[in-house]
Amino acid sequence: MYTAGVDVGSTYTKAVVLDDGAEIVGKSIVKTGFKLDKAATRALQEALRAAGLAERDVAYIVSTGYGRYQVPFRDTQVTDLTAHARAAHHFFPGTRTVLDVGGQTMKALRLDEMGKVRAFRLNDKCAAGTGAFLEKTARYMGYEIEEIGALIATSKEPVPISGVCAVFAESEVINHVSQGASPADIMHGAIVSLVGRSVQLMKRVRGEPEYTLVGGIMRFQTMVDVVCEELGIRVGEGVNLLPDDLVQFNGAIGAAILAQRRLRKLADEGRLDEHLRLRAETPLALAG
Amino acid sequence: MAYAAGVDVGSTQTKAVIIDEDRRIVGRALIDTGANVVRAAENAFHAALENGGIYEEDVAFVVGTGYGRYKVTFGDTQITEISCHARGAVHMFPGTRTVLDMGGQDTKAIRVSPDGDVIDFVMNDKCAAGTGRFLQYAAMALDIPLAEIGAIALQAQRPVKISTTCTVFAETEVLSWLAKGKKIEDILMGVHRSIATRSIGLLRRVGIEEEVTFTGGVAKNIGMVNVLNELLGLRLNVSEESHFMGALGAALFAMDRIISSRTPATREV
Repeated sequence: MYTAGVDVGSTYTKAVVLDDGAEIVGKSIVKTGFKLDKAATRALQEALRAAGLAERDVAYIVSTGYGRYQVPFRDTQVTDLTAHARAAHHFFPGTRTVLDVGGQTMKALRLDEMGKVRAFRLNDKCAAGTGAFLEKTARYMGYEIEEIGALIATSKEPVPISGVCAVFAESEVINHVSQGASPADIMHGAIVSLVGRSVQLMKRVRGEPEYTLVGGIMRFQTMVDVVCEELGIRVGEGVNLLPDDLVQFNGAIGAAILAQRRLRKLADEGRLDEHLRLRAETPLALAG
Repeated sequence: MAYAAGVDVGSTQTKAVIIDEDRRIVGRALIDTGANVVRAAENAFHAALENGGIYEEDVAFVVGTGYGRYKVTFGDTQITEISCHARGAVHMFPGTRTVLDMGGQDTKAIRVSPDGDVIDFVMNDKCAAGTGRFLQYAAMALDIPLAEIGAIALQAQRPVKISTTCTVFAETEVLSWLAKGKKIEDILMGVHRSIATRSIGLLRRVGIEEEVTFTGGVAKNIGMVNVLNELLGLRLNVSEESHFMGALGAALFAMDRIISSRTPATREV
């Protein structure tokens, strides 16, 4: 039986469809915008299309992320902490620390051997510790988010950026530009500053290897390199990364894995048929 | 006749004021700071000279202030914007005991003595929350000129409550309220209240003693003046020249130097 996970993040909404062997059969990512229910519906519909499945093929849907209560067709919802922990443990059972850097949040989690969350810290109050900091820095220099990856790849040496505040960074960035620093090096400096905050957050949960790094920003090799450098470990030794095409989907995958577990539990309790009947009566399209 | 000048290089705008020996403003200019801070200081100074029809060689002393005060390369000395705002505010409103200065990127609360000396001050040095930038981001998100948002906010019937602290996230929150169908005036009033509440927090830390003078570019915003008056339960002093207060203070310090340099140097007995 298929399950779906829908992760409604502040910037992007991600949906994945899993089969009962926890293999990904379809996924999709859409901009969240301000109509969270619509974004969730669209993401799931696109993931189903990619999988060549129909709505009725999905037996259980779990939502997560900050907009998880806005997903009208969900069977249940879990916090992003639980979803990220579950997926990180699934891919890398040795995970003890998860770092998730999203568009408007940053989270550090410590997991036990079972993949349960033992401690967490998050920043969602200040943009300086999130992807928004990189976005703003790029914008101040006239670059779009999509261009950040290619830009930093050409950096030679990071320019020091204080990273106290994403707004204050503007004058700092402008000063550096006017003094002739290259945008690539400034962007690199912004990443170093962001990672400084990430490492602090991980220290506060007493993070230890293995580290699993998730969130869209981890597509940038520079980000990963700087995290490893700051943690004093070598890339690949105690640091796990999902493949590029999955790195943004960790939360959604975790939600879909939890959905598979719910299905098994329903089956064990002999309530599966009842659930499937109810599920069939609540089509996705009702999101309107 | 000798003139004195003050140049206040702020994060967003650079202001220059020229005063005569009677300490009256005879020239003023305001320009966007932009990327080249040195150039901004020069341009503001020259624009103020032009505005007053004054020759540069008649300006006997120049004081630089504001975050870019060390970029006023032609300045004779630098004085912090805290001292300059206090001085300017007390000059305009002699009863001033507390100054609230809201600029593009910082907000300061200053307590002053009856002589205009700074007794205590606090400012937001960690982040841009509760500064003029918050208003600017909200105005941009709503695509309304910054100069108009205050008057629009005053039409609010049911202000929304802005929950984010971070200026960057506030932009997103404003758009999400808009998507929920809230009226622009209600959103804007929420934004004004949020900033006012934060700045009142700063004022409380230095102690609010009347009279309170409101300076900086944000003091031009009628909505912010009203909200602060309402929340504080008093009437703030607001000058037409509110955003020139730092530059005026700097010019007043410059004039002090000119006048003291004329008196015989009794110190050297």
